[in-house]
Amino acid sequence: MSLPEPTRFTVNGVEHSVAAEPDTPLLYVLRNDLDLKAAKFGCGLGQCGACTVLLDGHAVNACDTPLWAVSGKQVTTLEGAQAGSTLARLQQAFLDEQAVQCGYCISGMLMSATALLERTPDPTLDEIKAAMDRNLCRCGTQARILRAIQRAARCGAAT
Amino acid sequence: MSAPLKVPPMLSANPRLDRWVKFNDDRTVTVFTGRVELGQGIITAMTQIAAEELDLSFVQVRIVDADTRLTPDEGHTSGSRSISEGGSAMRSACAEIRAVLLAEAARRLDIPADRLVVEDGRITGADRIRETTYWDLPHAELLAREATGQVPPKPVARYTVVGRSTPRLDIPDKLAGRPRFVADLKRPGMLHGRVVRPPSFGAKLISIDEAAIRAMPGVVAVVRDGDFLGVVAEREEQAVKARKAMIAASRWDEQPLPTDATDIYRFIETRETTDTVIVERRDPAALARATRTFEARFSKPYIAHASLGPSVALATFEQGTIEVWTHSQGVYPLQRELAEVFQLPVESVIAHHVDGPGCYGHNGADDAALDAVLLARAVPGRPVMLQWMRDDEFAWEPLGPAMVVKTRAALDADGNIVDWSLDLWSNGHTQRPGVVVTTEPSVSLLAAWQLERPVPRIPQGDPAMSGGGGMARNAEVIYALPNQKVVAHRVEELPLRVSTLRALGAYANVFAAESFIDDLAQACGADPVEYRLRHMQDPRARAVIERAAQEAGWVPHQASDGTRGRGIAFAQYKNGYGYIAIVAEVVLEPEFRVTRCVAAVDVGLAINPDGILNQTEGGILQALSWTLKEQVQFDRERILSRDWETYPVLTFSEVPRVEVHLIDRRDEEPLGAGETPTGPTAAAVGNALAHALGVRVRDLPLTRDRIIAALG
Ligand code: FES
Ligand code: FES
Repeated sequence: MSLPEPTRFTVNGVEHSVAAEPDTPLLYVLRNDLDLKAAKFGCGLGQCGACTVLLDGHAVNACDTPLWAVSGKQVTTLEGAQAGSTLARLQQAFLDEQAVQCGYCISGMLMSATALLERTPDPTLDEIKAAMDRNLCRCGTQARILRAIQRAARCGAAT
Repeated sequence: MSAPLKVPPMLSANPRLDRWVKFNDDRTVTVFTGRVELGQGIITAMTQIAAEELDLSFVQVRIVDADTRLTPDEGHTSGSRSISEGGSAMRSACAEIRAVLLAEAARRLDIPADRLVVEDGRITGADRIRETTYWDLPHAELLAREATGQVPPKPVARYTVVGRSTPRLDIPDKLAGRPRFVADLKRPGMLHGRVVRPPSFGAKLISIDEAAIRAMPGVVAVVRDGDFLGVVAEREEQAVKARKAMIAASRWDEQPLPTDATDIYRFIETRETTDTVIVERRDPAALARATRTFEARFSKPYIAHASLGPSVALATFEQGTIEVWTHSQGVYPLQRELAEVFQLPVESVIAHHVDGPGCYGHNGADDAALDAVLLARAVPGRPVMLQWMRDDEFAWEPLGPAMVVKTRAALDADGNIVDWSLDLWSNGHTQRPGVVVTTEPSVSLLAAWQLERPVPRIPQGDPAMSGGGGMARNAEVIYALPNQKVVAHRVEELPLRVSTLRALGAYANVFAAESFIDDLAQACGADPVEYRLRHMQDPRARAVIERAAQEAGWVPHQASDGTRGRGIAFAQYKNGYGYIAIVAEVVLEPEFRVTRCVAAVDVGLAINPDGILNQTEGGILQALSWTLKEQVQFDRERILSRDWETYPVLTFSEVPRVEVHLIDRRDEEPLGAGETPTGPTAAAVGNALAHALGVRVRDLPLTRDRIIAALG
């Protein structure tokens, strides 16, 4: 059986070439081929946000993004947090607020919040809620997550 | 001589001291707990307890949670009992270990043990000249003995680690995205598995074209054993595609269901039941003062655990040995059940707990463990990672049972409650091993019932009242009422698979009782806070009610303007655990929304106060999701709620402000916190809605349609 044509793309600044079927969900490629386990499988249906990653800076569901669609593009996952970045600031704020229960949703939360703060550095509470609406949390951590995102926004404004 | 101390049951069951603590060469210790981390912060709290009793700093203590090779057998981690049961065993074991080591240090240093000081594991006399450490002593020999349980733990007044908010140990990994969950494990040669469940419960497989599936790319094995179907493939997406093809290629003979999501309440009320009187208190003189009577009927649908991640397990099956990595709540019970299914000696099954998506009761974790082993058996020597798909989870996890609750009360001329009764109808709330003892082997694991040679399904059970009960949990109210009668009507016939879900029957029972109390207060023109206090003597209960009201800015007798409402509700979980009162505020316009929840909680000594706040906030928001939105849909054929669109849950836009206030009770026993808020949240919201609307919605969830119907 012949291997599929490799797809080339960049993840967290590193170039990769993966030989998988072009319709393979990006989520499986990240988790299984590249060993980046932060993004989680929650539904595989684009409904829960557990698999959220950034594609050229936009939050997307990796579970319903096929491999072919990322060809030549930049993917950022939670593992790609750089010191001083918005993502790192969010991680710190989540830590300070202890905004985690089981943590299964948290990678997706951090990525969606990063996309929001990159676009809108000083969002209102309603803007945060609207931006996070497609990220579900079953443990009821939302109140803390909202506080953490507000805290990260404040710290961003201070720097 | 003082009376002997009561030995914690988990210590009696696992008496060897070296089963609890091991001293490592690098001046750390490893403690072993049979409790599992479910996202509730238990490993952090246990680490605090061990550090406290051993006089170590928090960072010197490492912890291993449930593992059948390593840790004590503490059954299931459930019912908010981890801190009261597991914590007291850990505390007692560590206190004794410290005493045993100190006795040896005293001999060596020639200083009486009660003059020795321990700091970070260094043992010195007052002179600070002679010293030794735990690690210099022959600790392995000294701990190779059974606990007496007779060493008193450290007095609370001397605590320095316990009672302080401590950042949770598992959070940094989770924020960094480091592999921490079962689904993140990776092994050389690992394959990926998926299962194909029947379209509905009890359906029998008629046919499937296995050859066509085997020919699909990457497929390594197709597993068919009775009505159990699964597939193993080299790559995950190949397993997912093969599963999809198998669903299309399989034909099943389905059984109709006896009821549906609309009919279910009539159904459970009209079945044959086994009735148990939970409490009956009679005071004929008080009854004689009755002037008016009231009645109400409440209902609660089936609710799904619906963890954000579907159940998952990694397994190997090689030369008669099973090894499984699981997010089960109980690795030892799972070990015994797997041994039963595969007819192996218990020692041939090894189960390790690894973190999973949030666990709120008996979900699909154990079922997935068996599925993974069944798939691994088909590919000897190769590890199989099995994850359920979203619809597997919704359609097959054991649900929280539907319930009907009826209340009746009588008031005297002054509005005091002189008679109170509550009747509830439900299936038993558990299908855990060990609750119902059967003469023939039976197991709780889904696939086992489907095999060619099945192991029968464990009978439905209901936790005993001595442990807080199941369906009748919190059915008795702790208000001081002269007459009270509670009867549990247990329905044996099981339309859908059910088992434990956070707080079990307490959710519906507290919703009913605390809604009804408000109805009575209203009927006699009393303020809901004042009315509760009037009937409550327990000072800790009164304290949470008063505190919640005060923090929420409760104004007695405040009338609603027709667009806003506020309500209060109270419960002591299991009538013996944590106390909580919650005030909810709602608005009706532009649409019904909960805007604020203010809670006061008393869980005795809070080992990790921030952990208690986190769990309580989470419990409130999850209960809010149940209360506003959740209901498993099913027709006479099958479950229809199969994804997040057919089973919507709370979204960020619907999240209110949540404020939790902890009442510090350092001198009281620590009590679990995770389940206390569920019923009071539902009732507080229901009461706020009734305050705003002027009419009450008694059927959960409190949806827009129900509100419109109530307005008539
Ligand atoms: S897993 Fe991708 S949205 Fe749920
Ligand atoms: S913390 Fe468990 S799902 Fe969000």
